[in-house]
Amino acid sequence: MEDHGHSTTADPASAAPVLTLDKITKTFPGVKALDGVCLDLYPGQVTALIGENGAGKSTVVKTLTGIYQPDGGQILLDGHPVPFATPQDAADAGVTAIHQETVLFDELTVAENVFIGHAPKSRFGLINTRAMHDRTGEILGSIGAQIDPGVKLKDLGIASRHLVAIARALSVEARVVIMDEPTAALSQKEIEELYELVDTLKAQGKAILFISHKFDEIFRIADRYTVFRDGQLVGAGQMIGVAEEDLVQMMVGRSVDQLFPKSRAEIGEEILTVAGYSHPTEFEDINFSLRRGEILGFYGLVGAGRSEFMQSLIGITKPSKGAIRIDGDVRVIRSPAAAIKAGIVYVPEDRGKQGAILDMPIFQNVTLPSLHMTSRNGFIQLAEELALARQYTERLDLRAASLDTNVGALSGGNQQKVVIAKWLATKPRVIILDEPTKGIDIGSKAAVHGFMSELAAQGLSVILVSSEIPEILGMSDRVIVMREGRIAAELDGDNLQPETLVRHAVGISVEGEAA
Amino acid sequence: MNALKSREAILGGAILVLVALIASRFPGFIAPANIIAVFTDTSPLMILAMGQMVVILTRCIDLSVAANLALTGMVCAIINVAAPGLPVALILIFALFMGAALGAINGLLVWKLSIPPIVVTLGTMTIFRGVIFLLTEGKWINAHEMSPSFTGVPRQDILGLPVLGWIGIVVAVVMMVVMARTTLGRAFFAVGGNPHAAVYTGINVGRTQFLAFVISGMLAGLTGYLWVARYAVAYVDIAGGFELDVVAACVIGGISIAGGAGTVVGTLLGALFLGVVKNALPVIDVSPFWQLAISGAAIIIAVAFNAQSGRSKGRVILKSAEHAQ
Amino acid sequence: MSLTETAPRQIPDRLRSPLAAKLKSWESLLLAVAIGIFILNSLASPYFLNAWNLSDATFNFTEKAMIAFAMALLIISGEIDLSVASIIALASTAMGVAMEMGAGTPVLVLAGLTTGLICGGFNGLLVTRLGLPSIVVTIGTMSLFRGISYIILGDGAFRGYPSDFSWFGQGYVFWVISVEFVIFAVLAVFYGVLLHKTNFGRSVYAIGNNATGALFSGIRVDRVKMILFLLTGLMAGLAAVCLTSRLGSTRPSIATGMELEVVTMVVLGGVNILGGSGSIPGVVIAAFVMGLVTFGLGLLNVPGIVMSIFIGLLLIGVIALPRLWSMWRG
Repeated sequence: MEDHGHSTTADPASAAPVLTLDKITKTFPGVKALDGVCLDLYPGQVTALIGENGAGKSTVVKTLTGIYQPDGGQILLDGHPVPFATPQDAADAGVTAIHQETVLFDELTVAENVFIGHAPKSRFGLINTRAMHDRTGEILGSIGAQIDPGVKLKDLGIASRHLVAIARALSVEARVVIMDEPTAALSQKEIEELYELVDTLKAQGKAILFISHKFDEIFRIADRYTVFRDGQLVGAGQMIGVAEEDLVQMMVGRSVDQLFPKSRAEIGEEILTVAGYSHPTEFEDINFSLRRGEILGFYGLVGAGRSEFMQSLIGITKPSKGAIRIDGDVRVIRSPAAAIKAGIVYVPEDRGKQGAILDMPIFQNVTLPSLHMTSRNGFIQLAEELALARQYTERLDLRAASLDTNVGALSGGNQQKVVIAKWLATKPRVIILDEPTKGIDIGSKAAVHGFMSELAAQGLSVILVSSEIPEILGMSDRVIVMREGRIAAELDGDNLQPETLVRHAVGISVEGEAA
Repeated sequence: MNALKSREAILGGAILVLVALIASRFPGFIAPANIIAVFTDTSPLMILAMGQMVVILTRCIDLSVAANLALTGMVCAIINVAAPGLPVALILIFALFMGAALGAINGLLVWKLSIPPIVVTLGTMTIFRGVIFLLTEGKWINAHEMSPSFTGVPRQDILGLPVLGWIGIVVAVVMMVVMARTTLGRAFFAVGGNPHAAVYTGINVGRTQFLAFVISGMLAGLTGYLWVARYAVAYVDIAGGFELDVVAACVIGGISIAGGAGTVVGTLLGALFLGVVKNALPVIDVSPFWQLAISGAAIIIAVAFNAQSGRSKGRVILKSAEHAQ
Repeated sequence: MSLTETAPRQIPDRLRSPLAAKLKSWESLLLAVAIGIFILNSLASPYFLNAWNLSDATFNFTEKAMIAFAMALLIISGEIDLSVASIIALASTAMGVAMEMGAGTPVLVLAGLTTGLICGGFNGLLVTRLGLPSIVVTIGTMSLFRGISYIILGDGAFRGYPSDFSWFGQGYVFWVISVEFVIFAVLAVFYGVLLHKTNFGRSVYAIGNNATGALFSGIRVDRVKMILFLLTGLMAGLAAVCLTSRLGSTRPSIATGMELEVVTMVVLGGVNILGGSGSIPGVVIAAFVMGLVTFGLGLLNVPGIVMSIFIGLLLIGVIALPRLWSMWRG
């Protein structure tokens, strides 16, 4: 089954791929994002690109759309090498991508969004507004969307914006359509409509690259699969005859048990209690408690409101209602500084923006929230500062040339270790880890997981926010599932099953279950 | 919805109320001749604001417009003194080109060297003024040195409106077409609204910003000739500080300083608002020295207002909240 | 846990020796330039190497440098204040009004400093409370503050400051060491320590590099920015005291365009205009460089407006040349 796509025999309908990535390599400072990967896209077929975060999926998308230029290898269109030097080249070759949210312009109308870059022209080279609106209306009609082409995009909801993005893909003579996590922000009903749309595109003979890490939808619509791991191709073939376990095995590269060295820590008294936390638009009525030595998982789809809620715990987002108790005492947390004082720290998902200060040295990053501990009367004591930084970076087994190296020069895994070290140095009681292993290599991932267990064993309480089911199940003592800003379920013991988690996360009722 | 449309309605209403208030005390203010005079007087501001609008839409700012105006205007005057017989049409074309070239300097520094626009245009602002001094050694060029046709054109009446006013109208109409009906016009919005996504749609962000500076410069050059000819005098400090009025007109007109949002009509109304205020001050017997403070206060109030109305709704997770909006 | 390499190992504190780093720094280059200009000046004009002339030369930069120190911190934090020259105008006008009301020197100084502080606080409130971009806010207040001056003064002027008031801008502490120069030196040390040796300074760098990251790290971003705007306003007020005292009069056009020279001084001193890096020693040397150049050109009878061409070129060139250099090499 590891036939790498090239030597496929039993599929005469797709003899020749439209687009081929041939041994593409792309290197960024410190990371080899793609290492000689191959990918074939066939007309009228859906190829699923599967891989964990950081496997190289988004780099492939950027290479296919001309944003990145590969360092090695070539892109073949109908068997001929084509350089995609600019996004325009890729568009001219008929490659179009549907991204989640980034690709559209709020201040332009629906029609202008659909046709930006290739608007129909009238005499004098002016944009033919009427033709543009008519065409947009037709395309939107063909996918069953009732949206006024003249309305500004900012006045539309998420689902409608998504349809506009799809209409844009249909407005060009696309031969290859890339769908990057297209269902992430959609409801179940909208997802079903999207599947129908994919079928329509297939029937039109378009080659579709479908990027997702949801296995149910991959098995529902994909004809072929390609699996990446750490920037390398690990498998490709037809969906017929492949089992979910095989794909997981390829994706992860080792079995789940090996990856998650969860040791049972002794779970003690309640440390943190959250009661009725609500926010006008992001989350509502969040209640739970967290015990000493416990790892509490928060699972949900991307956009379920988990990060927004966690950020309200540390005073970034202000809740409109609700209370926090720490050791039974009510605490009001209005700023991260107050959260640190209360012993709650947050390792954010967005490492480059919220977690680390990339252009500052490692030791300054580590001591930033705990400067008061290494200074006297507000004056920095360099020796003490370096000592504190050394203590925690060595505890996390950081690999770096020196403590005055800028964090930005480190690999993703080592950056994450710096961020975790920074928060441990404040001697917290509760540590919230938001997607702590996103985009880091397997080795660092295992180190982070091991460390998480160790922390819990030492009596720290850990909240683990993750969208990766194996990670959540492998590490957590208890799991809370969030959906659309609310707690959908709280699971422990035998209820901690992948299917149960997913069903609660997407809102499918669970039969005969009383969780 | 339509925060911007309501912005234009508010602004238009404010201008009407302002004019009505003044007219109730001083009816002469709304005499046709005076209205034409106010409009003509505001035309340079309107023209420059059209250029600044494009620049701000692409997330930049051009503080060198007034200096560009002064330098181009001075060179036009020098040419006129040296060759009085040269047709004004040629001088006009020259002014457009020279202004565009000066704008291109700004644009290239922003595009090719990624220097922040504020730094570039603060620098070129002083350099342009200094160059005028180098050219003239600080001397003035006065009305009697200029040819009558040179100074006469902006003041010539066509259908009751001076040419200066007509040029303001033409520039406004051209810019409306450019912004609404050309690929470049849409690109200005796209680059400012979402530069990341603009790249995906094949738009070159730096080049678009460069073109914005060229347009801004070209209109500043045009205004340079008109200004010098209308006031029939050229010296180092003409239109000193006028760049602030231009920025004020844009901001009052609802151009978001964060880029990507705003309309031609809004900008025109912003300029007109300032023009009415400026022309009303002497009528209602307030010292013209109030002008500067009023512009400044208007910028601050408008920016604060823009920020409030432009607060992004953000991603809404709760379904109930989404429907409530 | 990680199997690729052996057990925990010592991470050195530093890679390069600090001395080597210092020699290659922007500050060293700037110091070399300063010395070069000094030598050129002494060769070009026989009047240059004279203690009193050199002392006079310091007046070319002391007032601007006072503001530049605070501005350096503000720019490192990712903000900017273009209204400083207008704050000088308003503060000077406030002093004039106080003088007309018969105030003595202490009250005059207090009036100037307080006005500066209020103006800085106004900018800071607009930026931190309303979340407005500081470039536009201070373009607005640049008009507003000077505009208020014009409303009060019109085309008139305040003259006749008390004679002991002249001490700030015209007095000498010891031999050729002027009062302004002493204020400059004291402030250089104060801001150097504040930026490089305190927790506050560290948070300024953190905010400039990544304000979101700093906020998530428990730094009170808005409070730090507010303090920086207040300091910048206060320094502009102080500069207004010195300048008014030196000129002996107040016009609303006082210090026009000085914001450009202050920003240029900061950028020349190696502060990244986009925030995040820079040093006070750099700004101190930049102050000397600009002072020496202006004074040297003055000795050669180059008019002021031509010097402003030089300032403008300097501002753009200092940022452009390193970028051109790296483009050319890459």
